[in-house]
This record gives sequence, C-alpha cells and structure tokens, in this order.
Amino acid sequence: MPEAQVGPVMPFSGTRRRFNLPLWIGIFLLGVYVFVAVFGPLLAPYDPNAQDLIGVLEAPSAAHPMGTDQIGRDILARLIVGTRFTLSAALLAVAISSAIGVTLGLVAGYAGGPVDAGITGLVDLLLTIPSLILAIAVASVIGAGMTGLVVATTASFVPRLARLIRGRVLEIREEDFIQAAIASGTRRAKILRRHILPNAMTIVIIETSLLAGQAVLVGAALGFLGLGVQPPAPEWGTMLGAGREFIEVAPHLVVAPGIAISLLVFAFNLFGDGLRDHLDPRQNI
Amino acid sequence: MVTIVFFIFKAVPGDEAQMMAGATASQVDIDLLRTRLGLDQPLLTQYGTRMLGLVQGNLGYSSTFRGNPLPHILSRLPATLALATAAILVTVVLGIPAGVLAAVRQRSWLDYSLSLLVVGLLAIPNFWLGMMLVIVLSVEWRILPSFGFTGWASLVMPTMALSARLVALVTRMTRGVVIDELGKDYIRTARAKGVAEFAVISHHLLRNAMIPTLTIIGLETGYLLGGSVVVERIFAWPGIGDLLVNAIGARDFTLVQGITVVFVVGFLLVNLIVELLYLALNPRLRHA
Repeated sequence: MPEAQVGPVMPFSGTRRRFNLPLWIGIFLLGVYVFVAVFGPLLAPYDPNAQDLIGVLEAPSAAHPMGTDQIGRDILARLIVGTRFTLSAALLAVAISSAIGVTLGLVAGYAGGPVDAGITGLVDLLLTIPSLILAIAVASVIGAGMTGLVVATTASFVPRLARLIRGRVLEIREEDFIQAAIASGTRRAKILRRHILPNAMTIVIIETSLLAGQAVLVGAALGFLGLGVQPPAPEWGTMLGAGREFIEVAPHLVVAPGIAISLLVFAFNLFGDGLRDHLDPRQNI
Repeated sequence: MVTIVFFIFKAVPGDEAQMMAGATASQVDIDLLRTRLGLDQPLLTQYGTRMLGLVQGNLGYSSTFRGNPLPHILSRLPATLALATAAILVTVVLGIPAGVLAAVRQRSWLDYSLSLLVVGLLAIPNFWLGMMLVIVLSVEWRILPSFGFTGWASLVMPTMALSARLVALVTRMTRGVVIDELGKDYIRTARAKGVAEFAVISHHLLRNAMIPTLTIIGLETGYLLGGSVVVERIFAWPGIGDLLVNAIGARDFTLVQGITVVFVVGFLLVNLIVELLYLALNPRLRHA
C-alpha cells in the first residue's frame, strides 16, 4: 500500500516492528480456511448431502471421524463443504458494507454541511437499532437465504463503518497537505481519491478484518435462528440450529460446527489485531 | 427510528394480509383482515395511524395475540431485563478484577493466559457457548436446569453465555487503562505517601478504571439485547427475544416491529444511564 505514505499521518517507526505472531497465526489459519473453502468438495470424504438412514446420529468413529447427523449425513463432509458458505457470506458482507460505508463516510466527512447532517442523522438513527436485531429484522423481511444473510449483515455494518470513516476524514481534512492540494487547485474528487482515501485506508483495513469475524458470528446466529442459508446446504450456523434438538442424545452434532466457527472468528480477530499493531503502532495498548 | 422500522417492514414483498392469514385462508377472509388492519388504506394514512397509535401505546394488530401486543411484550420484559442485568453484574464482578490483575502482573503467565482467554471468549458464538454449557452442566453433570425458568438456578447458564463476550471486552479494556493509569502522577504520589499497594489500586485507581467499563457497557448494549435473542432461544428463556423469534416464525410483523421498538427504547435508556454514571464517576464532566 505505497499510497498510504502520501501524507504525514502514518509515522512508521521501523524499530518498533517485532515479529508479529498474532498476525502470522491469523494469516495461516485464514489460509487454511480459504484452501478448504476453495477445494472443499474435493477434500470431503463423503457427499455432504448423502443420507444414510440406518446410521443416524452415530458417534464419531473411524468411518465418520465426526459422526453422522439426524439423517445419517457425514458431519466432517458437511463441515468441509460448508466452509465456503460461511466464508463467502462473511467476506461478501464485509466487502459490500465497506464499499457503501466508506463512500458514505467520505462524502459526509468531506462535504460537511447539509449532506453531512443528512448522512450522519441517518447513521445515528440506524445505530440505535442493535445490529443483530437490525440483521434479524432485515433477514426476516428479505427472506431466509444467502441474499438475505448478506444484506442483513451488510445493513448492520454500514452505519458503524460510515461513522468511523467520517471521523477519520474529519481529522485528515485538517492536515496541511489537504490544504495544499486545495490551494493548488486539485479537483474535489481527486482530493478524495488520491489524498483522503489512502490515508483513511489503514483504519478501513483494520476495521474490516475485525468486522469479518463479526460477520461470521452474525451469519451463524442468523443460521441458528433459521434465517440464514437454508438446509440442506451445510452452513455451520444452520447445522447448529438443526443439531440443537438432539443436544441431549448426540452432542457431537453441535460441537464440531461451533469449533469451526470459533476458530474462524479467532483467525479474523488475530489477523485484525495483528494488522493494527503492524500498521498503526500508536494504538498499541 | 420508528419510521425506519415501519418502512423496512413495508418493503416486504408480497401481500401482508395474505401472509398473516395463512396459505389456507379464503379470499373473503384475506379481504376482511386487510380491511380490519387498515392495509387497504394509502401508505401515508397507514403511517399516520401507526404513529398516532404508538403515542397512545397501541402497537397495532398482532395476529399472535389478536390485538395490541404491547401488554404481552411488557409482561415478558422482566425476564429479559433480569438476564441483561445479571450479565452486566457478572461482567463488572469478573471483568474488572481480571483486568486489574493482568495489568498489575503485566507480562506474567497470568497476564498471558488471561489475554488468551479474552481472545478465545471473543471468538466463541454466545449461542454455541450456551449449548456447550447445556451439554456439560445439564446433560453430563445434571447440576443445572437446561431450559425455561424454574428458579434462580435457571439464570446461571444464560447469564454465562450472554456475558462471556462482555467479560472479555471489559478485561481487555481494564487491563489497558490500568497499565496507562499506573504510570500517572497521582499513583506515584499515593505510593510515595505510603499508601498500601492494595489501597492504591482499590481507592485511587479503580475509580478511573471504571469509566472504560461503562463505555463498553454502553457500546455493547446493542450486543446485549441482540445476544439475548439467541440466548433466550437456546434456553427457552421467557423474554422478549424468544418472543421475537416466534413472531418472525409466525410472520407477525406488527409484533416484530413492536419488539424492535422496545429494544431500541431499551438501548437508548441504557445509554442514558451510562451517561449519568459518567457524571457520577468523573466530577470534571459535570462542568463540561
């Protein structure tokens, strides 16, 4: 990200950079997840939707390392193939919400005046609705499924991002190099694109990698409530929701998907925290 | 806010009356329901009626309760409030001491294991934690009831599931703040005049360290309310979160809107209380 050093806002101090263990663990884990998501169907030992009504709710064994579910499907296979649903929903939601959120934040922060008041008012209003409640409301309106899941997660993230970026833009706008750009007659769009955006990018990257973990959690919660990706698709939250009924007789149904979710969120969080230390050593507590 | 909720639900594709009446209803029934709900009126008239009703405490016609759902929502409110209050209490009681301990013993094994625990707790979905607790504490050990409300023991697991994230956040925040504050002059002064280390922390430092905890509770009220929906679902806790999920299942949008409004009011109230507590804890803010 060479443009990031356009302005004086990011003093990199080379001496403080140590080996960043959390960042690398995060990268490694995310790499594993991406690999599994891409090659899922090739890696799965069984067809994730193949039923075996004789071997239902089987405990983990050599043939089925994680056991089978209520209609005899192999849980390991479902888990592996399900990676792509969870991961793509989370990444898509984060990508769309950061595109919208960054745009709103940039415009509001730089334009000021009535435009800012309008956007900020709307954002503040949306922020009073708890994000999961907003996501649930949106998902119930759009209908359960991948689209509903992504739109719901996006809707709950946009206000937070917009507010964050607006705050950052207000800071950057006061910097001398922006004044210089204005004085030298640079067009507004170019100032936003070339000078403000690169300087706000650090905070966007950090925030979005942390939000990705949140997106996984929101997606899983919606799936659990039956508002996410619909069965028989092996999405992890949906698997947890379906396994809940059998929790007393077959706890293995809910153990594995939960670990998969937690580890993915853990990876995103480590990645985000590590990235923050790496890019912005000043915030290092 | 209410306006936004209203229009989100008006964006539902399909005929509201038909969805409420169900698939087997005859056209006559659907038309009757539509007239009764006022859904045949223009959108702005509907909006006006809704707003007027809201001021009078009437949330509209809920198909679940065949009338104004407000009394039913309010009757379920105490259970949710009990859960949220318990979660906040647990957060304060566990999170602050853990954070102080980690800060005082900075870079010790205790500090590192607490940090690891924090990162772990932040990654675990609360509803999965809830299910794991049920498996261990109810199914295996049989020491706690797994669902419903059957006395105070029922509160333990939902509270643990709901507060895990908050405890983690408060621990992390408190640790950071205490480390910052330990370097300040007033701490050195207190130590220099011979105040015991325990008193330095409990009397001088903790008051300042409480403020970020408040901030977190204010910021995470949304999480607390949203999380209660899922957690109540697992434990069949008789609160408004559980009611919300049922309302969505029944496509009773009046009820969904009503509960959303109640959640938002709760969110605003908690943040108001947090603001007031700021003033109580930090006299300097009173003049600002």
